[in-house]
Amino acid sequence: MEMLNVAHIQKSFGKVEVLKDISFSLEQGQSLAIIGSSGSGKTTLLRCLNFLETPDVGTITVGGEQIFNAEAHAKYSDKDIRKKRLKFGLVFQSFNLFPQYTALENVTLACKLMAKEQKKLNKQELEAIQQKGIELLTQVGLADRMHNYPHQLSGGQQQRVAIARALALEPDILCFDEPTSALDPELTGEVLKVIRSLADRKMTMIIVTHEMAFARDVADQIIFMDGGVIVEQGPAREVIEHPQEERTKQFLARYNENN
Amino acid sequence: MNAMVIIKRLLESSVINLEIFFVTLALGLPLGLIISFGTMSKWAPFSFLLQIKAEDGFMKKILCFIGKFRPIHDITAIFVWIIRGTPLMLQVIIVYYGPGLIWGGEAMGRLEAALVAFVINYACYFSEIFRGGIQSMPVGQKEAGEVLGMTKTQIFFKITLLQMVKRIVPPMGNEFITLVKDTSLARIIANKEIIMMAQEYVSSKALIWPLFSTAVFFLVACGILTILLNVAEKKLDYFRM
Repeated sequence: MEMLNVAHIQKSFGKVEVLKDISFSLEQGQSLAIIGSSGSGKTTLLRCLNFLETPDVGTITVGGEQIFNAEAHAKYSDKDIRKKRLKFGLVFQSFNLFPQYTALENVTLACKLMAKEQKKLNKQELEAIQQKGIELLTQVGLADRMHNYPHQLSGGQQQRVAIARALALEPDILCFDEPTSALDPELTGEVLKVIRSLADRKMTMIIVTHEMAFARDVADQIIFMDGGVIVEQGPAREVIEHPQEERTKQFLARYNENN
Repeated sequence: MNAMVIIKRLLESSVINLEIFFVTLALGLPLGLIISFGTMSKWAPFSFLLQIKAEDGFMKKILCFIGKFRPIHDITAIFVWIIRGTPLMLQVIIVYYGPGLIWGGEAMGRLEAALVAFVINYACYFSEIFRGGIQSMPVGQKEAGEVLGMTKTQIFFKITLLQMVKRIVPPMGNEFITLVKDTSLARIIANKEIIMMAQEYVSSKALIWPLFSTAVFFLVACGILTILLNVAEKKLDYFRM
């Protein structure tokens, strides 16, 4: 089943065209890696999906429901946008955990606020949210650190908490914006392991990354972006090992040399 | 008249200083927060003019100028400039005598006038501290809240507020301590606060020591304040940003 369809997305900042007519689709349970050099528009694309930026042109459809259409955007209320953006989860490069909350509170905060808004925050519900938070932290291997504050955790641990936090709202599609770029190689490994386990459990994911080996082994599909356009896309292994386009070959040359 | 009586009188008059101090904090802090939202307002009702495609030149410049006009921001920024740019002592005088001179009628009470001037004056200083605290928030915190489906209000109260408070404790402490001593400016419209009281002993009894002794009052007040601020800082030390 087609989970995500992105059609003709364009985005400019002032006179700089960052995204020029981006279209792709993603099947449910598949993971898509987006690679490309810095400034190619990868992050902007993820931010558009998460409503952190508003595309100038294009549509976004999730599970058959059109959630964004640039022509109708002015009509969307804040409430609409809030509801729609929950279809996506986003894990940031810089984690962005809330420093004043423990790991567990970081994971459960949004759920609690949502329950409170719907006036369902009774003891039972609170217990359920708490339980789910503990489960998620266990899943990312941090059950023993759940009462620690972010500054007491390593970068890798913080990023794993951030992943648990994004999963708490059960998004249809989980996006990662260079999740390991701020980590050293050792810590990178523990974060990638968590993402890999999510892929094994058929979570639909979009991962912007510079980890080529990881993209090749874990992602089903790959997109190579350059200068705001999709230069090449296809099955991950194929694109990385046998790139067709000249620009892709050039970009992957250093990686393939070493292997 | 013995020393004990004089000290008792001085302490009684210091109630005015304390009253100004606490009322200024209680009303000035929330007002300052509101003013800071005003200066941070991005509301530009004519921003659609920026979309108009005009050739570079005079017309374009005019469109740009009007399009970038942010009424709420501009008005509050000018207000803050005026209040911070003129002496508090003058403001106290203007609030007390101004309305009567302009519109006639009865003047406000002396203490009320001083309170109004102090609250407005300090709110403007507080607002700039709040603004600094809010704007120094990494944008990632807000975005993390947004992608988790939080409303702007939830983001402010559940995420921004406490981090802002932690950031602004030191500069706020400075303002509080300045305020303790500024309270004696209320005497300019004959509020009998501690220094004015002490000065009366200089003129009526030729005693200078009561005036000197008021320093003790201010030192003790600032000492207590410093301790409380340190406690607040310690309390907020459980997280780092």
